[in-house]
Amino acid sequence: MNAHPALTARQHPVVQVSNLVRSFGQGSNVLDGLDLTIRSGEFVALLGRSGSGKSTLLRTLAGLDEAPAGTVTVPAERAVVFQEPRLIPWKRVWANVALGLRTADARERAAAALTEVGLNHRLDAWPLTLSGGEAQRAALARALVREPKLLLLDEPFAALDALTRLKTQGLVASLWRAHRPAVLLVTHDVDEALLLADRVLILDQGRIGFDLHVNLERPRRHGQPAFSSLRSRLLRELGVEEENPDEPVEELRAPARSRAPAASATRENHAVWAASTDALARS
Amino acid sequence: MSAAVASTTTPSTGSGQWLRYRRYLPPLLIVVLWQVAASAGLIPTRTLASPAMIAGTFAELITSGELPRHLLVSLGRVATGLGIGIVVGTTFALIAGLSRRGEDLLDATLQMLRTLPFLALVPLFILWFGIGETPKIALVALGTMFPIYLTLFAGIRGVDAKLIEAGSTLGLSRREQLLHIVLPGALPSALVGLRYALGVAWLSLVVAEQINADSGVGFLVMSARDFLRTDIILVGLFVYAILGLSADQIVRVLERRVLAWRPSFLKD
Repeated sequence: MNAHPALTARQHPVVQVSNLVRSFGQGSNVLDGLDLTIRSGEFVALLGRSGSGKSTLLRTLAGLDEAPAGTVTVPAERAVVFQEPRLIPWKRVWANVALGLRTADARERAAAALTEVGLNHRLDAWPLTLSGGEAQRAALARALVREPKLLLLDEPFAALDALTRLKTQGLVASLWRAHRPAVLLVTHDVDEALLLADRVLILDQGRIGFDLHVNLERPRRHGQPAFSSLRSRLLRELGVEEENPDEPVEELRAPARSRAPAASATRENHAVWAASTDALARS
Repeated sequence: MSAAVASTTTPSTGSGQWLRYRRYLPPLLIVVLWQVAASAGLIPTRTLASPAMIAGTFAELITSGELPRHLLVSLGRVATGLGIGIVVGTTFALIAGLSRRGEDLLDATLQMLRTLPFLALVPLFILWFGIGETPKIALVALGTMFPIYLTLFAGIRGVDAKLIEAGSTLGLSRREQLLHIVLPGALPSALVGLRYALGVAWLSLVVAEQINADSGVGFLVMSARDFLRTDIILVGLFVYAILGLSADQIVRVLERRVLAWRPSFLKD
């Protein structure tokens, strides 16, 4: 990377986690000596099997769970968007966005944030009258209005229908370009991770098992050869063998792998596989 | 063509109107039959006064000022008792709902007392408070406290934990969480409790006023019994029905205003 001044200015880390351990009950540790650094303005996607501790890590960074062991440094200015919008039903949309803002111009700031996500016509609506996509956009506005240095996204597109998901992903990309918060996106969807992130991490056995820098130009597309090869690589790291890859990427395929263990791995990672084939069908 | 359209639409709206009102026909028919039977001498007045007689007595009691006087006394008792019941029930629910320690302190006791039929306390209340206003108000207060306590407590505990979590990521203090999320979230349940408490309030009042009183609608009814005046008794019942209905209506209007965000109200 060349030392562009704008780039170096946002190189300092905003999140530093070292040796984080978390366990539930008597079982093995969900997070087991995890180290993670996220730099200012960096878009990081976190993949992993169901139950691998992705959401636990995000909740720890959000301050929702206490970290029993290890050190966690996060900025005070952080915001979370969950899988469900979690809007307060008895507060109008603008009041939801303004909730917790302690300045006199809270309503104006909320209105500006809602305009940015294309909801300026729904300022006074009740949240339960919004569509799923609108509600999630309102949740994004509620996060952004706080001008976070760290934006935590916990599978924010998972509950949306396919078309709305694509639109909302595009919105998140443009909001990130405009405001440049550091982002941690927890997702099941390999394509979504490659579409949006600078770095894709895979959480495995309580640690970051894989760290991939995505040097693809934006805007990215599913069909690009470089995209497909990264996709195959990530799926392989997740233990999923593609049955029908877009393009054969010979040098990245493990030649001696037998089909039988791949089949069991596929079943094990059903959620990941379903999400990625879903994305494949859309593209 | 247009004539054909007109001829098919007119009868259909006519039958729509008819369908809407025909459900009021059976009760109306019963009143008519009642009147006919009473006029024909089939129902003795000592058993049941006729509708016309009841209406006459109703007008008479209003013009003489007797009914308004007793009604005001009863309303005063209900209002005072209900007010005390709401304040105490709300206070207990907040203490028990918002802290584990408060729950340990209060909930078991209140749940046990709740299972007691509170009207069975009347003899004890008369011994403790005499026969004045106090036992009547105390009975209404006790009866209304439980539904308020139970529904507000359940409402507070039933608030979606995900919303509270969202609130804390937005940087809300505990006080702000209560004000913006917990209490408004408990309100739908608490309003059901209020509606229920209003019903209980009238019930307790009827019992309290019929046992030992020298004023109030219950007293009016009980003294009418001594003179075999079924017409006055029925006027009293009618008044109770009207009061119950209007109390319910007040809570409905209140719900419509404060729960405007709910989908069931959004449709109209």
